[in-house]
Amino acid sequence: MNATQHRPLHLRDVRITLHARELIPGMNLSVAPGECVTVMGPSGCGKSTLLAYVAGTLDPAFRATGRILIGESDITDVAPERRRVGIQFQDDLLFPHLSVGENLAFALTDRVRERQARWRHVEAALEEADLAGFAARDPATLSGGQRARVALLRTLLAEPLVLLLDEPFNRLDAQLRHDFRRFVFDHAVQRGLPALLVTHDAADAQAAGGPVIELR
Amino acid sequence: MGETLHEVRARRATGVLRFAPAVTVAVLLLPIVAGLVGTLLPAFGYLPAIGGTSFGFDGWRRLFAAPGIATSIVTTLFTGIAASVLSVLLAIAFCAWAWGRPWTRRVGGWLAPILATPHSAIALGLAFLVAPSGWVVRAISPWLTGWTVPPDVATVGHPGGLALVLGLMVKEVPYLVLMIVGAMHQVAAAPQLAAARAAGYARAEAWLKVILPQIYPQIRLPFYAVIAFSLSVVDVALILGPTNPPTLAVLAVRWFFDADITFYFQASAAAILLVGLVVTVVAGWFLLERVTIVLGRRWIVRGRRHGSINRIVATLAGSGIALFALAVLAIVGMGIWSFAEQWRFPDALPQAWSLANWLRRLQGLAEPAQWTLVLGMAATAIALVLAVACLEHESRAQVKTGSRTLWILYVPLLLPQVAFLFGAQVLLVRLDLDGAVGAVIFAHLVFVLPYLFLSLADPWRSLDPRYARTAASLGASPTRILLRLKLPLLLRPVLIACAVAFAVSVGQYLATLFAGNGRIPTLTTEAVTLAAGADRRVIGAYALMQSALPMLFFLAAALVPALVFRNRRGVQGWQ
Repeated sequence: MNATQHRPLHLRDVRITLHARELIPGMNLSVAPGECVTVMGPSGCGKSTLLAYVAGTLDPAFRATGRILIGESDITDVAPERRRVGIQFQDDLLFPHLSVGENLAFALTDRVRERQARWRHVEAALEEADLAGFAARDPATLSGGQRARVALLRTLLAEPLVLLLDEPFNRLDAQLRHDFRRFVFDHAVQRGLPALLVTHDAADAQAAGGPVIELR
Repeated sequence: MGETLHEVRARRATGVLRFAPAVTVAVLLLPIVAGLVGTLLPAFGYLPAIGGTSFGFDGWRRLFAAPGIATSIVTTLFTGIAASVLSVLLAIAFCAWAWGRPWTRRVGGWLAPILATPHSAIALGLAFLVAPSGWVVRAISPWLTGWTVPPDVATVGHPGGLALVLGLMVKEVPYLVLMIVGAMHQVAAAPQLAAARAAGYARAEAWLKVILPQIYPQIRLPFYAVIAFSLSVVDVALILGPTNPPTLAVLAVRWFFDADITFYFQASAAAILLVGLVVTVVAGWFLLERVTIVLGRRWIVRGRRHGSINRIVATLAGSGIALFALAVLAIVGMGIWSFAEQWRFPDALPQAWSLANWLRRLQGLAEPAQWTLVLGMAATAIALVLAVACLEHESRAQVKTGSRTLWILYVPLLLPQVAFLFGAQVLLVRLDLDGAVGAVIFAHLVFVLPYLFLSLADPWRSLDPRYARTAASLGASPTRILLRLKLPLLLRPVLIACAVAFAVSVGQYLATLFAGNGRIPTLTTEAVTLAAGADRRVIGAYALMQSALPMLFFLAAALVPALVFRNRRGVQGWQ
C-alpha cells in the first residue's frame, strides 16, 4: 500500500446553486479512511452534482463554493485528472473499443512502467474479481455483474485517494446488487479509502454502514 | 424463398414508397456511371464524334508529354495531401481541446456561416487577405513593414500551392469538426470522459484515447471525401492555386475547353489519372489507419499520463481557431471591398465608402442571383422529397440501412468531379440537353442529395418511434402521421438539411459549368470567372452575395422552428 493513502476527505462549507436555486446548502462533512458516508435524497436534489464538484467535473452552469480537502491538501482548484478522486457511475462505462484487459491497463497508474509488470497487475485485478482469463474479452460479452466488477477495479487501478459512488448499484437486479455492494465496500475498506455514496435506496445506505445525510 | 407474413405486410404498407430507394440510387449513380464511362472511353482513344474510333494510349502519351506535367502531378499530390491531412489533424485537435467548454455548446452556430459560404467565395476573400496588396499586408504597412507599395512576392498562386492548401483547410476544418461533434452525440462521450479524467488523464489525452477511437469509423467517409475533394478541386485551385503549371484538375478542365478538340483525349486521360491519384492516396491513408490502430492501442495500454500530447493538441487547436478567424476575415473583407469607393494601398480601411458599386452592379447581379436561387431551390426540393421518401420507407418497412447505402451516398463525393462531368457533358451534347435548366438541376442534385440525406438521416432515425405507434393506435394513417407528426416534430432538422443542401447547390462551379455548357450563369460561375482580374469591388459584391444567400436559408432554419414552436419547450429539444 502506498504511504500517501489513508487520509480523510473533508468538505468545508460546500454550497452549490443552479440559477437561483440552492441545491447544496453549505455542507460540512468529513469521511474517515475506510468509512462510507451516504448522501440520500430524491432525484434532482443535487446528489450527483455534489459528486461532480468533488470530482472536479461540475458543469459550468452550476455555481459552487466551499473547499474540498484530502487530508491536509486542498484539491478544490486542482484539475480533475490530478485530484486522484475515483468515481464509479450507475453505468459501468467500460470503453467499448478496448478489451477488458486494455480497459484495466488504461486505468492502471503509470508508476507501473514495465509492460509485463503492467499485465501482471491487470491479471491480478481480474483474479480479484473472479474474472481470471478475461483480459482479451470484449466488454460487451460480459454479464452486467461482471462488467460492474471490472469497472470498479478499473477505478481502483488508478490508485485513487477517495472513492465516489454515484448510484452504482441502480442498474443491477436484487441478487447482483447485494453481491456487488459487498464487493465495493470490501475493497474500499481494504484500501482504506474514504467513500462517498449517493443513492435513493435505503438498503444501499444500510450496506454502506456509515453515516447518512438526507438532502431534499 | 417464401416471404414471411411480416415482410408481405411491411411491403404492402409502404406502397409507392418502396420504389424510393431504387429511384434515389438511380438518380445518384446513373449520371455518374454514364459520365465515368463517357470519360473512360475517350481517355483510351474512343470517341467517334471527334474521330476517335480505335482504342489506344495516344491520350496518355500526350498527357505525360505535356510540359510541366510532372510538376503538376506533384503539386496536386502535395496540396491535396497537405490540405486534407492538416485539416483532419486540426479538426481532431480542436475537438480534443474544446470538448465540454461552455462556449463550444453552440459550435454548430459558430461554424454555420463558414459552412454556408461556398468554397469559391471564401477563396476569393482569402485571396484578398493574403495577396501582397491584401488586407494582412495593409494592416501592418507601412508602420511595421515600411512598404508603401505592395511587395513583389507570389502568395496567391504560390507555385508550391500553399495558398491553395490554406483555402481548402479554411472550409474543411469546420466541416470535419461538425462531423466529429455529430459523431460524439452517439457515444455518450461526457460520462466516459469523466471516468477517464478521474483515472488521471488530462482533457485532450482523455479525448484522444477514449473518444477518438470510437468515433473515427463515423468520420472516415467524410474524411475520404475531403481527400478526394482536395485532390480534385477546380474552383479554389483556379483562384488560389499555382498557374503554370496548375494542378491536374485545372489542367484537365483547361484542355477540355481547348479550341483544339484533339486535346479532349488527354483531358479525359488526366481526369482518369486523377481518379487513380485519389484511389492511391485514400488507400495509403487506409493503411496508415491500420498502423495507427495497432500503435494507438499500445499507447493506450501503456497508461502514461500528462504526455506532451496535450501541448501539441493545444497548439494545433490554436491554429484551428486562427483558421476560423481567417475565414471570418475573408468574408468580412469581401464585404468591405464591395462598399469601398476608394481603397488605396497601404490603408487598412477604405478612404471612402459608397453604395455606388452595388447600384452599378445590381443589374448584372440580378440574373446570376435568380439562377442561383432557382437551381438551388429546385435541386433542394427534389432532394428533400427523395430523402424523406427513402427514410419514411425505411421506418414503415422497418428495414435497416446498411453501410452499403452509405457508400452509395458518398460516391459523388469520393469521385473527382471532372472524372464524370466530362463524360456527362459529352452525353448531354449528344442528347441535345446541354445548357437545359433541367440538366443543370439534375447535375446539382447529384451533389445536393447526399448532403441533404446525410444531415437528415440521423435526426429522422433517432425520433422516438413510439410517437408514430401512439398515433397509429389512435387511428392515424401513415400519411397523416408523416405530415402531422413526423415532419412538424422534425421541422428544425428538415430546414437545416435544406439549408445545407441549398448551400451545396450555390457552391457548385464545375457541375453548373459543364451541364449548363456555360450558358447558365450563377453567382459562383460568375465570381470564379471574375477572379482572374476584375475589380475587387465587383468580386466583393459577387462573393458577398454568394455567402449571403445560403446564410439567409440557415437563418430561416434557425428562426422558423423557434417561432413556430415558441410555446413548445419539448420540441426545442429536437436538434
